[in-house]
Amino acid sequence: MKSAVKRVISMIPVLLGVMLLIFIMLRIVPGDPVTVLLGEHYSQETIDRLTAAMKLDRPLLEQFISYVLGVLKGDLGISYVSKRPVTMMILQALPYTVKLALMAAAFAWVIGLFAGIIAAVKENKIPDRIFMAFSLAGVSVPVFMSALLLQYIFAFRLKLFPITSDGSILSMLLPAIALGWNSAGSIARLTRSSLIEVMQADYIDTARAKGLKRRSVIFGHALKNSLLPVITMMAIQLSSMLSGAVITESVFGIPGIGRLATTSISNRDMPLLQGTILFTTVVIILGNLIADLLYSVLDPRIRSQM
Amino acid sequence: MDEKNVLEIRDLHTSFFTEKGVVRAVNGVDLNVPEGKIIGLVGESGCGKSMTARSVMGLVRYPGKVESGSIRLDGKELTGLKDQDLREVCGNDVSMIFQEPMTSLNPVLRVGHQVEESLLVHHKVNSRKEAKQEVIEMFNHVGIPEAEQRYSCYPHELSGGLRQRVMIAMAMICEPRLLIADEPTTALDVTVEAQILRLMKELCEEHGMSVLLITHNLGVVAEICDEVYVMYAGRIVEHASVFSLFDHTSHPYTKGLLSSIPRIGKNPEYLHTIPGIVPNLLHLPEGCPFSTRCDLALERCRKELPELNAVGENHECRCFEAIKEG
Ligand SMILES: Nc1ncnc2c1ncn2[C@@H]1O[C@H](COP(=O)(O)OP(=O)(O)OP(=O)(O)O)[C@@H](O)[C@H]1O
Ligand SMILES: [Mg+2]
Repeated sequence: MKSAVKRVISMIPVLLGVMLLIFIMLRIVPGDPVTVLLGEHYSQETIDRLTAAMKLDRPLLEQFISYVLGVLKGDLGISYVSKRPVTMMILQALPYTVKLALMAAAFAWVIGLFAGIIAAVKENKIPDRIFMAFSLAGVSVPVFMSALLLQYIFAFRLKLFPITSDGSILSMLLPAIALGWNSAGSIARLTRSSLIEVMQADYIDTARAKGLKRRSVIFGHALKNSLLPVITMMAIQLSSMLSGAVITESVFGIPGIGRLATTSISNRDMPLLQGTILFTTVVIILGNLIADLLYSVLDPRIRSQM
Repeated sequence: MDEKNVLEIRDLHTSFFTEKGVVRAVNGVDLNVPEGKIIGLVGESGCGKSMTARSVMGLVRYPGKVESGSIRLDGKELTGLKDQDLREVCGNDVSMIFQEPMTSLNPVLRVGHQVEESLLVHHKVNSRKEAKQEVIEMFNHVGIPEAEQRYSCYPHELSGGLRQRVMIAMAMICEPRLLIADEPTTALDVTVEAQILRLMKELCEEHGMSVLLITHNLGVVAEICDEVYVMYAGRIVEHASVFSLFDHTSHPYTKGLLSSIPRIGKNPEYLHTIPGIVPNLLHLPEGCPFSTRCDLALERCRKELPELNAVGENHECRCFEAIKEG
């Protein structure tokens, strides 16, 4: 467990680095935040006053330090546009994103694992070909297309679901499928190839030589080994979904993190953009950390090294 | 031979149907394992030893297939058996130990569980508790120290020798009639090898179990086997009791194998090697498969395949020259 603690501590410099990068990047992009905030017809005096109030006239290092100190206190600044604390805005958007991500992940995992296992067991037979054709479609159809297609067919034509989402489970189904579709495809493919590879291992012969049923060989011996890489992929996928689904949220009008990011960009709302990027980064880093920890919980060989 | 055979293999053909053609890995093998005996099966790498064993266990992988022949275990025909019926035999009446102790155990399951599975699947015990008890007893029996703690170890926590002992425990736990050991000691160092071989011999004597021991080490054969089969390019070329094989070696290939064993006191520079290479199983030569490497090969050897003929008491050889002599 010592190395788990080490891993967590090693996240700190990564986070600081990311914050610095975001900070610098947003200062490099053209467009002065003050003029963005004020619009066009203001006197130089007003501009100067605002610049001072926002501490934009201070040295960059000082600005950065005060930003980091603020973040540590949970203060991500005030949105230029809505004039509300960014932390509040993120916390308000979060439940939508979490719900969408969990539903999409559940969809992707159930479908992906099921299809992958069946395809591997029926390698090169008809079910394998069918599932793999679907999963190829899954990984190669872009999200905006599957989202629009699902919306058009099931919401607009068949009227089975609302067109835009109000956050209810029913209205989240289509967006979850659209978002999970890709992941389901990649999980199915990884599960299949990993399971097929594991079935070639020597210890599978040992298991079969014991007289175990094919089903026990697959589920009792092969699956746990073959899922090790799949679980890593799942954790990383979930963290990327949790960090906001920009396209899906836009298509279905879901007020989640992804939407915050897009509006902040179009409004040049720097504190909000900074806040959402930082949030995304933290979630992704955490996702990777959890993936690693999970892996070591499941694989006794790595567990004993921890 | 009047003794009862636990395993009888007759005219076994196992082939791989590859894109390049049919690889005849086992090409008409006849082999008997008498009750309570340790039978060696020797030959160079790739001659089809493992495939013979795997054919018995139903473990030949695609694109390989047991094409024809008969495999009888205690008189019961195993070829053509339904998967389900074969499963009842495997691990129960016949079990197998594999060459690689490092990769033959499942890395994510506790070794105790892996051994106990055999008991559970063949309904030898009524409860998991009973199973655990038996596994620990068996661990003690095969010389695994601190058996109780080892029960819940993962394979990577054990040394190669211990893992092979776990494999032996797994193979022995249902008290099979026949144990097939496919080069069980090749991956181990010499002292551990000796321990494992001694253990196998003891277990065999204690339980009246028969063993088919696959090896390419004639020293191992001399040490613990009763009879030997020498295999070359998918065929048995010589079969004899161990004494007869070493005293009256008949087949030129066996002679070559014997003289390629390094001996203390002999100048290693004169270490004999068999000239030429093993023939490609895809394009076997006509006639005797060894004729391409044999010093004594005659015109006839390249045209006609010799039969496996008696050359002495309890001694058969597949060679025209040897039959003349014998
Ligand atoms: N998947 C396969 N496709 C084609 N040929 C194969 C395949 N597997 C095995 N063979 C062939 O079967 C032959 C016999 O292999 P086998 O494993 O029985 O050899 P072996 O005598 O056990 O050798 P070793 O001492 O190296 O274990 C080999 O020559 C190999 O060419
Ligand atoms: Mg082999």
